[in-house]
Amino acid sequence: MQKSKLKKISLALLACLLFSFGAKAQEPDVKKVVFDHLSDSYTWHITAIGETDVAVYLPVIVRSAGGEWSVFSSSKFHHGTAAYNGFHIAQEGKYKGKIVEKNAAGEEIRPWDFSLTKNALSLLINCTILLLVILPLARWYKGGTMKPVKGFRGAVEMLILSIYDEVIKPCVGEDYRIYAPYLLTVFFFIFVNNLVGLVPFFPGGANVTGNIAITMVLALCTFCVVNFSGTKAYWKEIFWPEVPLWLKVPAPIMPVIEIFGVFTKPFALMIRLFGNIMAGHAVTLGLICLVFITASMGVAVNAGMSVVAVFFTCFITFVECLVAYIQAYVFTLLSAVFIGMARVKHTDHAKQM
Amino acid sequence: MSLLIPDTGLLFWMALSFGIVFFVLAKFGFPVIIGAVEKRSSYIEKALEDARVAEEKLATLGKQAEDILAKAHGERSVLISEAHEIKNKIVGEAKDAAEAEARKRLSRAAAEIEETRSKALGRLREQVADISVKIAGKVIEKELQGDEKQLKLINRLLDEEIVNKA
Repeated sequence: MQKSKLKKISLALLACLLFSFGAKAQEPDVKKVVFDHLSDSYTWHITAIGETDVAVYLPVIVRSAGGEWSVFSSSKFHHGTAAYNGFHIAQEGKYKGKIVEKNAAGEEIRPWDFSLTKNALSLLINCTILLLVILPLARWYKGGTMKPVKGFRGAVEMLILSIYDEVIKPCVGEDYRIYAPYLLTVFFFIFVNNLVGLVPFFPGGANVTGNIAITMVLALCTFCVVNFSGTKAYWKEIFWPEVPLWLKVPAPIMPVIEIFGVFTKPFALMIRLFGNIMAGHAVTLGLICLVFITASMGVAVNAGMSVVAVFFTCFITFVECLVAYIQAYVFTLLSAVFIGMARVKHTDHAKQM
Repeated sequence: MSLLIPDTGLLFWMALSFGIVFFVLAKFGFPVIIGAVEKRSSYIEKALEDARVAEEKLATLGKQAEDILAKAHGERSVLISEAHEIKNKIVGEAKDAAEAEARKRLSRAAAEIEETRSKALGRLREQVADISVKIAGKVIEKELQGDEKQLKLINRLLDEEIVNKA
């Protein structure tokens, strides 16, 4: 009964696909589609109905080289085809896709650009979601209730406690109470952004945590927290590690390596999160694009590849759900480990090594 | 390659929003939740400990009650046996006393009977002696005229007669 139903539904879907895409085959530029999605944009394109675009035109906030601020809607650019107020969206070159202005020499230069881009807006939406999840829970707890939590609250509490008990407590060590709010914020911030990024329609689907600026700020925060809470033993291990003397006296080989390590750790955090989420979005888009690429190869191939593409997209989306959690977890875990390493009280373990 | 170059504007928005989120959550969010959860878990721990103590107390109380019951049982049986003993003793004493009384009465009655009999016998003997003397006197008044020897003989004969009768 259920099987036949499933068959009918999949057949109907297939028919839809054939009907809509089999008819007019037009080779899409997959690279451009994927790249456009992965990079930020000034308009949030939702869909197109016929020839009309359904999009959210976001505010552009720029400061020209002359020091003038201008705020206007990105609809003024008409999808990058028109210039406004001396600003236009670069179509080529180093600043492709960004707002540029022309200097006296006629070169394209970048103004100070604080536009509320797609990623920025998505970020704000996700932050609101995060606050709306956590704050009511906190208020509920503030009531001093001793009742066990149920439902969604219980799930959130379970997540909080799993991170708190299994990551923060063992990794940070003694001072885990001080660092718990930061680490929990990092975890939920990344997790919510990852998850909303997986929602394929507005207001989700933006490649927020797959943007290097986002992960850079997160990694910088961890870098600051780690190094501002470094103990004497931590700094001693960096500048005067317990290794044979020749490794540090004429040429400070070990200290250089250690100092390098101070920066590579957060750098790795930044690249890991960025790479994983960006790759997830790229793979999902690439798979979906299979449907459109094969449109010109005949109905049979297109139909077959559509089924394959949908199947693999589902599969990858499940994997991405996992990745959303894992990457948030790994970022939090490594931040906690780095903080724990910076909070060492003595250097005994160095001697054992 | 432009994907790897962080955008200043987005850096600004990210720093701003992450900063605000962190500030709000670190002040009003997670510490409250963690505190409440820890309070709750310590409360649960305490409640469990209390329950354990109460159960232990209950168990000892039950044992005490059992002990008391067993002791009471023992005491009861002791009391019952003592009561039996006392009863037997009282009954025995009463029996003894009654026996003694009865014996006393019997002996007294026997003595009285004996006394009465001997009294009656004495009187009878006197009367018989009298009568005999009178009869004998009358019979032999003329012949003997109150001979002392004859009277003695009669008396002896009488004695013999009475002893034989008795």
